[in-house]
Amino acid sequence: MAIRERLSGNEAVAYAIKQINPDVMPAFPITPSTEIPQYVATYIANGEIDTEFIHVESEHSAMSATIGASAAGARALTATSSCGMALMWEELYVAASDRLPIVLALVNRALTGPININADHSDSMGARDSGWIQIYAESNQEVYDNFLQAFPIAEHPDVHLPVMICQDGFITSHGVENILLVEDEKVKEFVGEYHPEHFLLNNKEPMAVGPYAVSNYYMETKRAQREAMKNAKKVILEMADKFEKLTGRKYSFFEEYKMEDAEYAVVIIGSAAGTCKAAIDHIRETTGKKVGLVKIRVFRPFPEEELAEALKDMKAIAVMDRSEMFSATSGPLGAEVRAALYQAKSNAEVVNYFYGLGGRDITVEDFQQVYANLEVMAETHEVKGMYDYIGLREK
Amino acid sequence: MKDTIEIRWHGRGGQGAKTAALLLADVAFKTGKYVQGFPEYGPERMGAPITAYNRVSANPITIHSNIYYPDYVAVVDDSLLETIDVTHGLKPEGAIIVNTRKSKEEITAMLNGYQGEVYTIDAKDISVKALGKNYPNSPMLAAVVAVTGVMEPEVFLKEMRASFEHKFAKKPEVIDGNMKALQMTLDAVK
Repeated sequence: MAIRERLSGNEAVAYAIKQINPDVMPAFPITPSTEIPQYVATYIANGEIDTEFIHVESEHSAMSATIGASAAGARALTATSSCGMALMWEELYVAASDRLPIVLALVNRALTGPININADHSDSMGARDSGWIQIYAESNQEVYDNFLQAFPIAEHPDVHLPVMICQDGFITSHGVENILLVEDEKVKEFVGEYHPEHFLLNNKEPMAVGPYAVSNYYMETKRAQREAMKNAKKVILEMADKFEKLTGRKYSFFEEYKMEDAEYAVVIIGSAAGTCKAAIDHIRETTGKKVGLVKIRVFRPFPEEELAEALKDMKAIAVMDRSEMFSATSGPLGAEVRAALYQAKSNAEVVNYFYGLGGRDITVEDFQQVYANLEVMAETHEVKGMYDYIGLREK
Repeated sequence: MKDTIEIRWHGRGGQGAKTAALLLADVAFKTGKYVQGFPEYGPERMGAPITAYNRVSANPITIHSNIYYPDYVAVVDDSLLETIDVTHGLKPEGAIIVNTRKSKEEITAMLNGYQGEVYTIDAKDISVKALGKNYPNSPMLAAVVAVTGVMEPEVFLKEMRASFEHKFAKKPEVIDGNMKALQMTLDAVK
């Protein structure tokens, strides 16, 4: 029997960490992720887990120490947000190219400036090319469930890549919601023990981690990372399947909500998907219009073909980005979904909306407007430009 | 009670409006409801106006936006009435609950012509009488429960006693004071 609880997103992640009892957690506090290491430190102080907590002087050091611990053979993780992750930048690439199965609990927050502590995806989207697997959550339940699946994905012999488990700052991290927790012993069984094949502390197999690679070797290591990322697609689905057998909760690369007969779709990441679902229910109930949602869970690896298949019959699509990338055209999700649709020779009208930057709220009414806009685009076959905004003040 | 009720809390940083919202989520959760309790964060500092929210429903809640058309508004500090339009978007069939020493008539006159029900409670007076200290949270919580009908008062008192017994396991002397504050509020809210 699942345990019925009410927790904030940060509490849920900390609880998952407690249940996993990892070996090493170096961390440096930053809003809104600070509570995660705080709660874990409490669990350790109370003797509930025996994780080695390392107090570091910066996020650069937090990720460096996590890399060191993971290379030594430990199950290691850290948590951060926004500028904290920006300070880990160099190490993110090191972790991925060293093929270390680290897990990072990322609480998404806008990057400075202006200084802002609220939810947007500019931190993780900026790191989308660093070689990390990225898994996003709509709710506290999802960030908990994703966290339980993180180490099994990262440590799988066909993958060996670090995993970022992302949730929206404050909206889920500090919002208390109902949640179903998995019992400790079932978590232990699902996550399993970590027995690395190669590790620095193995005196029978002396090895180096992260050495210099001349041009003769560098390109092949990048190819190997790419292959691991491709393998991750298979493993992510395997773990989702195993998790569904354990909990009944179904996960994949993305969630399709009311897409069976949909003609108009929103593609979105994170907590706003739940608000969009409420808009869909309302529109379908009051007008019968065929509106649906594709909520991206896995952004890295990018499920290009699967997405194109899910969206192939749409008349019009709104791809919604909660971060800027200053291309002066599409945002990160917009660009990749467009590329997927082009490859699949889709005829759908596609608009890319920027929304929610720096925590700007998005409401059910906003999503109703998005679907109304899509209908007009489908009728007129006219999309005004590559991108637009939702919730931007013009005056 | 309708399917989902939405509540907006106004307070000042440090007064516990966020805590009160989380407590309400907690106690509603214990009665089997789906709940949300969340703060709206700005540049937090003591004394600055803050907002917190609750959704309570018989069904799962997926919406993750703030609440613009609340069924109920709870104001923890009546000095906010001078600077913030606390009834903005508040449904006329709903109600507002204000912690104040002022009379209901005085408060009503400060609410920009709000047509719905107005309730006042002197949470400080109750807290000082029951606990010897000014902790307005417990009385405000009780007032919100009484006005919104989110649960039966008896169920509320039972759940709160269990929660205080857990929270104050090492300070049992404050349990009765807190319970008294809740009961006094349920009797006094008008």
